[in-house]
Amino acid sequence: MTNQEAQNKIKTEEYFINMGPQHPAAHGVLRLILTIDGEIIKNVEPDLGYIHRSIEKMCERDSYQQIVHLTDRMDYLSSHINNEAVCLAVEKGLEIEVSDRVKVIRTILDELTRIASHCLWWGVMGMDLGALTTYFYAFRDREMINDIFEETCGARLTMNYNVPGGLMFDIHPNFVKRTKDFIAQFKTKIPEYNLLLTDNVIFQKRTKGVGILTKEDAISFGVSGPVARGSGFSSDVRKHHPYSAYDRVDFKEILLTEGDTFARYQVRMMELWESVSIIEQLIDNIPEGETKEATKAVIKLPKGEFYQRVETARGELGVYINSTGNKNPYRVKFRSPGFSNLSILNHISKDVLIADLVAIMASFDFVIPDIDR
Amino acid sequence: MTNEDLQNIITGLGTDLEFTTEGSEFLNVIVPKEQLHSICSQLKSNPKLKFDYAFCITGMDWVPALGVIYHLHSTELKHEIVVKVMVEDRENPTLDSVHDIWQTADFHELEIFDFFGIKFNNHPKLRRLFLTPEWEGFPLRKDYVDEANMIIK
Repeated sequence: MTNQEAQNKIKTEEYFINMGPQHPAAHGVLRLILTIDGEIIKNVEPDLGYIHRSIEKMCERDSYQQIVHLTDRMDYLSSHINNEAVCLAVEKGLEIEVSDRVKVIRTILDELTRIASHCLWWGVMGMDLGALTTYFYAFRDREMINDIFEETCGARLTMNYNVPGGLMFDIHPNFVKRTKDFIAQFKTKIPEYNLLLTDNVIFQKRTKGVGILTKEDAISFGVSGPVARGSGFSSDVRKHHPYSAYDRVDFKEILLTEGDTFARYQVRMMELWESVSIIEQLIDNIPEGETKEATKAVIKLPKGEFYQRVETARGELGVYINSTGNKNPYRVKFRSPGFSNLSILNHISKDVLIADLVAIMASFDFVIPDIDR
Repeated sequence: MTNEDLQNIITGLGTDLEFTTEGSEFLNVIVPKEQLHSICSQLKSNPKLKFDYAFCITGMDWVPALGVIYHLHSTELKHEIVVKVMVEDRENPTLDSVHDIWQTADFHELEIFDFFGIKFNNHPKLRRLFLTPEWEGFPLRKDYVDEANMIIK
């Protein structure tokens, strides 16, 4: 009996297995119920809620200044951008125009946040695929950004530097110098990252052609961010609905058409260069001006609905505020990028190996508190 | 396309549609719940509208009515609208699922079912997504009370 005949004689049947909620590759408490036949995945059903805190319900109880602080705890790697989303929505409601200084500082910090987030993602993507070294390289560089954040606002992760109407206080005198030092050093590190992981043959074989997402599916499933751009779907909020200082900087929206895990990886690696370029364009020209527009101690938005979207490191974060004119919002909805991106996981993970699912998940860059809210 | 042009096209898609832009940056269309699925599929398929990207789907409790808000975008024509649908019945609220039009609605409808208790006809597998299956009540409704876990001011 040949090997193939022996294989055919073995009777297999589908069964289900839990991946998570404490799986190292899930980067948090995500439970996936996998239906598998041998090593082949037949169905993926996400079960959420292990870190659900009902932030939307808490918002209905809090004032607009307090809501900003809750958003840190959603996508904790894009906390500055999350804060900005709520602040922009409130400023839209109050019809406040913040000064150019605020806009530029916010944009620089947005991009530093994006670099820090992509660094962490790059480190853990390597780690998920068995290359532990990347983690240390990425964290060494990310540490410098966290130090800048710490000097700016006292916090390394949950920043709370944005407030409705501007910034909590002005930047530290060292800010410009340290940011320029970081950029100068980081530009020598990106080629190093590529040498270490991108050009690695094993890495490429694990990621090329795995988990292909078509542009049509990306649109229908509401996918956004680097995942959508890896499939050729132009969805960058910074380009399509510019906020803060993004309308005055020159940068490319990275679009690749392959739609596989490697394309999603490449989009983020190329975005690092774009973020560096945006910071370089702004860092020497921070205009003078007020760091905070005067707002009332108790903010009351006029009756109406306000929608604001921003581009976090993971995609489009939408903040929907429904106000009845009180000091608390009537309803707040966070359209989180991770939640919409997760919905496609089952669709593109059919008939792949379990090990490939880990690679696909790594390329999606899930932050579970962002999905659960 | 301007909001007036959008309104003129959408008016022809159904009956008793209400339009408003008051207090919102988008054109709001309030659709009777019986027509929700037919209007939505036309919003996507009509060559002048092509709303193919549902970027935000929100459950609402407007006391006494419950409802859903769909934020729609056309990736090709770049215009946006908001569709609202209301359901008066709080005991057994039911709407048609739109997951066959925008597949992202599958997950968002699960979330809305979990927090508002709105059931969706033809949804592939309606279940509790965030909360445990034995959870009682729907937390994001305005009349939800949990004396142990909620601070009520």
